[in-house]
Amino acid sequence: MDVLIKIKEIITVQEALEFIQAPECGGEVIFAGTVRNHTKQRSVLKLFYECYEAMAVSEMHKIAQQVQEKWPVQKLAMLHAIGDKYPGDLAVVIAVASAHRGVAFDACEFVIDTLKETVPIWKKEFFADGEII
Amino acid sequence: MSVLLFGVAKDIAGVPVIDIPEHITDVAALKAWLYNSYPALQQLKSLMIAVNREYAGDGQLISSDDEIAVIPPVSGG
Repeated sequence: MDVLIKIKEIITVQEALEFIQAPECGGEVIFAGTVRNHTKQRSVLKLFYECYEAMAVSEMHKIAQQVQEKWPVQKLAMLHAIGDKYPGDLAVVIAVASAHRGVAFDACEFVIDTLKETVPIWKKEFFADGEII
Repeated sequence: MSVLLFGVAKDIAGVPVIDIPEHITDVAALKAWLYNSYPALQQLKSLMIAVNREYAGDGQLISSDDEIAVIPPVSGG
């Protein structure tokens, strides 16, 4: 399995999509996580993402390792943005390519769910009413 | 011995790196010292310690040669 892992200011779906292209794959699943303009009915101005980069990359590689053990996935891209992000901005992209779609859907969901649980990345929410959480 | 702080733990301490007393030699003692020194950390739903970029259990030994970090609840994605 080929793996692309990046944490940087600006990420694109295109980079992930290009990475997972493979002639032997018939199913490509992409999850794009973007910044929502509200949290629990409160208006959100922006998010600020920070990470413990060395450990975050290490934990992302562990997720890739688990994917490789569980499913016949050929390509996996995991991109996460850091810094100030505004509503509509891309925060995370997971892209998976496999021979068939079922595996790609399952693996993609596993990757984003696990990333949110284990990878040391934090968001700070800036609300329109001035509060910061 | 220095410890890296991230996320809300960094905001609570007000600095990204703190020095901890040399008598602290394992993760459990470090957590107890952190909770005592920064009581606001007790409000968090979890507090993990990473040693050399790996999540560490309470019994893990730590020394000044290790890279030690305080990991509050993660919120990526």
